[in-house]
Amino acid sequence: MTTSNGQYIAAIDQGTTSSRCIVFGADGRIVAVDQQEHSQIFPQPGWVEHDAEEIWTRVQSVVSGALAKAGLTRDDIRAIGITNQRETTVLWDRNTGKPVHNALVWQDTRTEDLCKELGRNVGQDRFRRETGLPLASYFAGPKIRWLLDNVEGLRERAERGEILFGTMDTWVIWNLTGGVDGGKHVTDVTNASRTMLMNLHTLQWDEKIAESMDVPMSVLPEIRSSAEIYGEAVGELAGVPVASALGDQQAALFGQTCFDVGEAKSTYGTGTFLLLNTGEKVVNSYHGLLTTVGYRIGKEAPVYALEGSIAVTGSLVQWLRDQLGIISTAAEIETLASTVEDNGGAYIVPAFSGLFAPYWRSDARGVITGLTRYVTKGHLARAVLEATAWQTREVVDAMEKDSGVTLSALKVDGGMTSNNLLMQNIADVLDVPVERPFVAETTALGAAYAAGLAVGFWPDLDTLRANWHRAAEWTPRMDEATRDREYKNWLKAVERTMGWIEEDQTTGQ
Amino acid sequence: MAGSIQSLERAAAILRLLAGGERRLALSDVANALGLAKGTAHGILRTLQQEGFVEQDKDSGKYQLGAELLRLGQSYLDVHELRARALVWADDLARASGETVYLGVLHQRGVLIVHHVFRPDDTRQVLEVGSMQPLHSAALGKVLTAFDPVARAELMESEREAFTPHTVTGLDAIDAEAAVVRERGWAQAVEETWTGVASIAALIQDRRRNPVGAVALNGPVERVCTTEPNGTAGPVRPELVVSVREAARAISRDLGAPRF
Repeated sequence: MTTSNGQYIAAIDQGTTSSRCIVFGADGRIVAVDQQEHSQIFPQPGWVEHDAEEIWTRVQSVVSGALAKAGLTRDDIRAIGITNQRETTVLWDRNTGKPVHNALVWQDTRTEDLCKELGRNVGQDRFRRETGLPLASYFAGPKIRWLLDNVEGLRERAERGEILFGTMDTWVIWNLTGGVDGGKHVTDVTNASRTMLMNLHTLQWDEKIAESMDVPMSVLPEIRSSAEIYGEAVGELAGVPVASALGDQQAALFGQTCFDVGEAKSTYGTGTFLLLNTGEKVVNSYHGLLTTVGYRIGKEAPVYALEGSIAVTGSLVQWLRDQLGIISTAAEIETLASTVEDNGGAYIVPAFSGLFAPYWRSDARGVITGLTRYVTKGHLARAVLEATAWQTREVVDAMEKDSGVTLSALKVDGGMTSNNLLMQNIADVLDVPVERPFVAETTALGAAYAAGLAVGFWPDLDTLRANWHRAAEWTPRMDEATRDREYKNWLKAVERTMGWIEEDQTTGQ
Repeated sequence: MAGSIQSLERAAAILRLLAGGERRLALSDVANALGLAKGTAHGILRTLQQEGFVEQDKDSGKYQLGAELLRLGQSYLDVHELRARALVWADDLARASGETVYLGVLHQRGVLIVHHVFRPDDTRQVLEVGSMQPLHSAALGKVLTAFDPVARAELMESEREAFTPHTVTGLDAIDAEAAVVRERGWAQAVEETWTGVASIAALIQDRRRNPVGAVALNGPVERVCTTEPNGTAGPVRPELVVSVREAARAISRDLGAPRF
């Protein structure tokens, strides 16, 4: 292994719409960024695919781009870290390196019927105890099965040991470390925890589940920790250790330095993902959350997390802009909401495709309720922002019920953190301070941190924690009576959404 | 200037006066601010109103910019859009300098703080978004006064309080300093609003090079200023000035302003 004196860490962030490479310095500051989008392929409604070869080309290109922008060479880079869109599934030929089909993206819903079938008489919680996940179309296992069933001759090739499976971390690492010429076929515990094939307690592939899903063990990569040297890069970064992999939301948890039990982060984008560190304990959820691996550093004990996702947050603002035309830019929602003092009695529940955590009701549809002649578009704008705040509150409440942990502060990141009114509103309804750190790129930072730890660039978690600085903090200002009244009204509004779709069978708890 | 048309110049001046955000002015305000006879101002306002460039509020009789101007693409920048575009650069400025960063826009005869980044030392700090800073004595206000004629007009109307012994309150002195600010492109305020605090600010422009706001760095005099041999505070540190100006340029570029 080459020992380098490099003073920088490169993070590859392979996301749903683009790939980026960000170079970080020792204090966690960004030195250079390069980014390229890749094609979104929609073969039919509900299906979403990516061309994995295109993604690998983009990744190589952004790595070169970021190095060039920073004026650095591979000698300056101490280690490479990977973070990635989770669950997106690709199968390829180990001898040619060619994907056998486009990658099936996490949003792709083609495995819905397969998931129902796999639930048999038990339902969507059939594998929850082992995997922490309900049977849902996001996860990788059923996607592998779909490919094996639908690509001609693939199952036979897989059984002959010619086919490899990977989520995007695995695909990038295999190619980065040599591909057909000795590429490492590995994944990390966080990505493996989104396949529905890994046992959360042993952190190994669960042979029984693989058998139930009819997925041959031979296609599966080796499960490794999130921070260790998987191998050395070839090509542009030849000799640089590839030293971390984390799913994007887990990487954000790590980048926000939520290393202690009870620390949580929430990433506000089109949707929102809230992760709570539950330490070495696997917390089963009875309130519609997912149990997942937060991270594992080398041989240390794994750290688990509870995850709650909110499907519609920033996308509700986009809906107001694009479908209703009430605002012309997303930032204007705050201007409009600031024209009024409160919601004027109006509530919006954006159950566009049903209610997610903690309800899981597919028969629900969105409502705007409490309308009177008094209500203006300003009140509706406020109701839009409040919807994100109350949905956060419901996920936090579910987490507290499942884990027994009481949140003392919420660390936030993502595009919506520039909305001051929303951040204040979240602090108000949670009744805890909301903190925004410097460095908005917490996802890439998390991957860089893990890689840096693995090679000794940073000595320990405390050093990383010392890099975290508060750029803004919103403290609760709402009085308890108002908060209780408003929460009651919100819950009443949520009730109004249920049972709208009559013919649909409700799934879930 | 040869060949210029006086009534057009006056109409332009009135529009500029009314363009300072969401504000309404009475006929007498307009006439006084521009040194026009009331009758003259009224005639121009009526013509602008017919063209849709100006609207008159039915109840108060006050004037404001009309919808036609919005259609001409002259709408003012949404402050929340400004914050969203400035976020990364303001963070970077605070981290690089180790000091507090503010973004301010002209609002009701003062500077409205639309974004605030904490000093990165994790001490208890309170978010000051929504608070006001004075036009005449804060660095943000000085920049706006120097580059924005509307701010200059509002400064005349505002009460110029002497917060400290260093506060400059005389209009002539303020105008003289504004000329310097325009010349060098940034403003400083050392203990003119708050004892012990020095600040440096630079202008943010939109794609038409209109002044839309300013970005400032605030910190203790001991850190923001150099120290003279006799131990007193000297001029502000040039490297901090560079950082503030770079941040202002980066934000302006993100708003579409041409490169300088």
